[in-house]
Amino acid sequence: MSALIRSMPLLAALLALVLFPQFGSEYYVGLLTRIIIIALFALSLDLLIGYTGLVSFGHAAFYGIGGYALAIAFQDASVIPLWQALPLSLAAAAFAALVIGWISIRTSGIYFIMITLAMAQMFFYFFFESPRYGGDDGIFLFLKPVLMVGSEDILKLDQENNFYYFALSCLVSSYLLLVMILRAPFGKVIKAIKANEHRVRALGYSTSGYKLVSFVIAGTLAGLAGFLEGAHSGYVNPSYMSWHESGVCIAMVILGGMGTLYGPIVGAFIIVLLQNFLPELTEHWQLLLGGIVIAVVLFLPRGATSLYPRICDLIRRSRRGEREPQETADD
Amino acid sequence: MSEKNRQGITRRDFIVQGTVATAGLAAASILVPAPFAIGAQAKVKVGILLPYTGTYAKLGTNIRNAMMMRFAEAGNMLGGRPIEFVDIDSEAKPAKAQQLTEKLIKRENVDFLVGPVHSVVGMAMVKMARGAGPITVIPNAGADQLTGVLCAPNVFRTSFSSYQMGYPGGPAMIEDGHKRVVLMYWNYGFGKQVAAAFKKSFVPAGGTIVKEIPTPFPKVDFQAYLTELAALKPDAVYTFYAGGGAVKFVKDFAAAGLKDSIKLYGAGFLTEGLGAAQGDAAEGVRTILHYADSLENPVNQRFRTAFKAATGSDADVYAVQGYDAGELILHGMNAVKGDTGARAEMIRAMETAEIDSPRGKLRFSASHNPIHDIYLREVVKGENRVVRVAAKAQDDPATGCSM
Amino acid sequence: MELSFYLVQLLNAVQYGFLLFLVASGLTLLFGIMGIINLAHGSFYMVGAYLAYWLTDLTGSFWLAILLGLPIALMVGYLVERFAISFLYQRDHLYQVLLTFALILVFNELQQILWGTDVHGVVIPEILAGSIPLTDNQSYPIYRLFISAACIAIACGMYWVIQKTRLGMMIRAGASNREMVQALGIDVNRLFAFVFSLGVALAAFAGMLAAPVDSVYPGMGENVLIISFVVVVIGGTGSIKGTFVGAMLIGLVSTFGKVLLPEMASIMVYALMAVILLWRPHGLFGRAA
Repeated sequence: MSALIRSMPLLAALLALVLFPQFGSEYYVGLLTRIIIIALFALSLDLLIGYTGLVSFGHAAFYGIGGYALAIAFQDASVIPLWQALPLSLAAAAFAALVIGWISIRTSGIYFIMITLAMAQMFFYFFFESPRYGGDDGIFLFLKPVLMVGSEDILKLDQENNFYYFALSCLVSSYLLLVMILRAPFGKVIKAIKANEHRVRALGYSTSGYKLVSFVIAGTLAGLAGFLEGAHSGYVNPSYMSWHESGVCIAMVILGGMGTLYGPIVGAFIIVLLQNFLPELTEHWQLLLGGIVIAVVLFLPRGATSLYPRICDLIRRSRRGEREPQETADD
Repeated sequence: MSEKNRQGITRRDFIVQGTVATAGLAAASILVPAPFAIGAQAKVKVGILLPYTGTYAKLGTNIRNAMMMRFAEAGNMLGGRPIEFVDIDSEAKPAKAQQLTEKLIKRENVDFLVGPVHSVVGMAMVKMARGAGPITVIPNAGADQLTGVLCAPNVFRTSFSSYQMGYPGGPAMIEDGHKRVVLMYWNYGFGKQVAAAFKKSFVPAGGTIVKEIPTPFPKVDFQAYLTELAALKPDAVYTFYAGGGAVKFVKDFAAAGLKDSIKLYGAGFLTEGLGAAQGDAAEGVRTILHYADSLENPVNQRFRTAFKAATGSDADVYAVQGYDAGELILHGMNAVKGDTGARAEMIRAMETAEIDSPRGKLRFSASHNPIHDIYLREVVKGENRVVRVAAKAQDDPATGCSM
Repeated sequence: MELSFYLVQLLNAVQYGFLLFLVASGLTLLFGIMGIINLAHGSFYMVGAYLAYWLTDLTGSFWLAILLGLPIALMVGYLVERFAISFLYQRDHLYQVLLTFALILVFNELQQILWGTDVHGVVIPEILAGSIPLTDNQSYPIYRLFISAACIAIACGMYWVIQKTRLGMMIRAGASNREMVQALGIDVNRLFAFVFSLGVALAAFAGMLAAPVDSVYPGMGENVLIISFVVVVIGGTGSIKGTFVGAMLIGLVSTFGKVLLPEMASIMVYALMAVILLWRPHGLFGRAA
């Protein structure tokens, strides 16, 4: 199958996303903005779980730090200049990722899962119980960031459509950035680390350095998502950092298909839309959500997006009159 | 098994048992007899954002059921128009509050917004709804800000502010003869506000706070704190705990043998609706609240019987607040005869409403917070009995409200 | 504060440690020895507490409730293992995290459907209802002593089974090399199903024992979930001794943290875990895989 056909749905999806605000109502544009932000969050985690083999269970910490950096620095400001706020959020998230990563990557396997969880819990409780940063009430922001050129704000993020495009461009540029990183030698090394860390180390690479860099990149992108969420909703609170958020983020990555960059985005769409519409079917909607997630884990281990190439294959084979090969054991 | 599985017979039963509105009401429109399908009258949309899962599930269910019961008593008509409910589970999760409120306001275009239980969810919700949003009635969330900094003409509260929960406690304890008091509370927004309001009245009245012991929320390991409390030997302890934490605290307190030497007081949630779970441990515990099961007014008696008949469970303060939320909306809609466009007029009718609530007389302050009597209650034989009125017509200072 | 104050706090710390071990015991078996990450551990704890409440209400006896509740818990564990967990042994930990995360949602809803949303309490059985005076105004409930005794019994029992019996040997061998054990003619599937059920039953048992001193309410399991993981990880997986030490350490740090550094109380246990893993990346008694 040609690369073009493979990437067709991706381009079609992007086109649909770009055109959406022309047709969707304000509510749906807002909902989609939120999904795009969460997709970016899931995408950043995929760099760790899907490519580097680091299962972080504390990724929500960076998401929260990105939002909190914005809120703490600008809660009383009369204007929020984007060129100050955004770098600040990214730097805060990157710094936190550097520290947490430096501590965490010394461990591996289940210990890594647990130490990242512990770190995120520390941040959660710090913000939850600290009276200086709003405690569990969180912090409200009544303004949107502005990007002034001359005397005019060229972004006008207070309009839902503009924020939508801003978030979408953040997602697309992060996606492209990750594509570049993964194609570069650095990307090859981290993928090799996931496959077999011992061998990579034996080849003379300092694997922990590569893992740390990967961790910081992922943390920074999660911080970007947190910044967007804080700016979009105008409200940050400690639940951004709760282990539930980290858990749901993992769910999105796997549900969509980890180890592909589009998978987590699809996963974010699936989870947020399910959370949004299942409650309209039944009061016990979490039972359904849980059931769907379990079914995916058991029967679609490579995620929802793994269906597409399968279907493509199926069509091609049926055209040629071949039969589908027996599905081999899970990878 | 929950009451929802019972086969309802009366209309009221049926309405109250309606589960999530979209499912319940789709069925209702088929089953409810003809008089309800009045002509081409557009339906009034009432959006409900309450928790039906997690720790606060019981509170959310009681509020909703009582409110729907009030509407059913009025023939399920608001100012002559039939009602459509859009009922959403808030899960008491602050992270989702904004998204869900947006859904009710922007997608469903509700005329009224009722909710929530959780204060932080309330802040996110009110921030969106205030001003141009739907008429909002808060049936529980107690954060002072909701009718303080965040107050708005279209935002009402039928429950309480944290201030009203804490402030009347001070004089009540002084009057009971307790001057050296330890403060213990869950260390989160609402707990801190209640404690602060308590201090504000207790210290000027001549009381001494021996020590403040904030405990992590929502943790329930109280043993280390109880030992500290025992060593401090105060006359009494004033607490804020709710739900599972309240049950655990009251039981641990009794099990540590502290009941004989230290008198236990608290904001009303400490014992509200928890009698069966706390058992003997709660006997003699005194709490302060704007409601008591045993209030002897005819409205309360009638309300309790009706609620029990409709839902199979006993009414509590949350149900009362839900019932009054229903009453307030009815009042507003009847005043404008169902014309939701007459917004200013409806708001005026609502803010001047004087409601005969099961809790007693209920009025609203300039910031749309309730003004009501606060009772000092004591648990006797598993029941919260009124000892005396602790504060008559307790108001809230509405700090930061400009309206 | 005088010495007696700190002595009573020490007692509280040890007691809390026992309670933590009790709660974490099922997790040690599944997570520590079999290497399964079971986020639904708290849900099983909740199931136990609700079973204790429901069956005590039904039969009028707490002991009878435990007797009837344990087989139910074993059965729940067996079903969960057969229909979900058993497909994941060969896969990455990630899938276990996600599947058991989904199980939390499922169990929360089932709890609500079966038992509603009320807060419940379980009355302490009569013979354990008294208390012993400690200081001039504080006393110590006998039931807590009973919990401590139960905890020690479970710890010793588990240690003995895992380290000294043939069954324990098979479990340990099966966890470290499944194919090898299979090749030796042991039915690993049945073995794992059995051990998983046992782990679930232990979690439920902890919930049952804790029910009279705690309260029974929706979502109660999440309060014990994360702390249980912390206990097992600090101790080092694969070691019952480690879990025990971990529980005691957390009990001490958490209790004295509350007294001496109250603002930091919640953060302290996680900080302790981070420090220990920095110092020993496989926990106190864990061995490198």
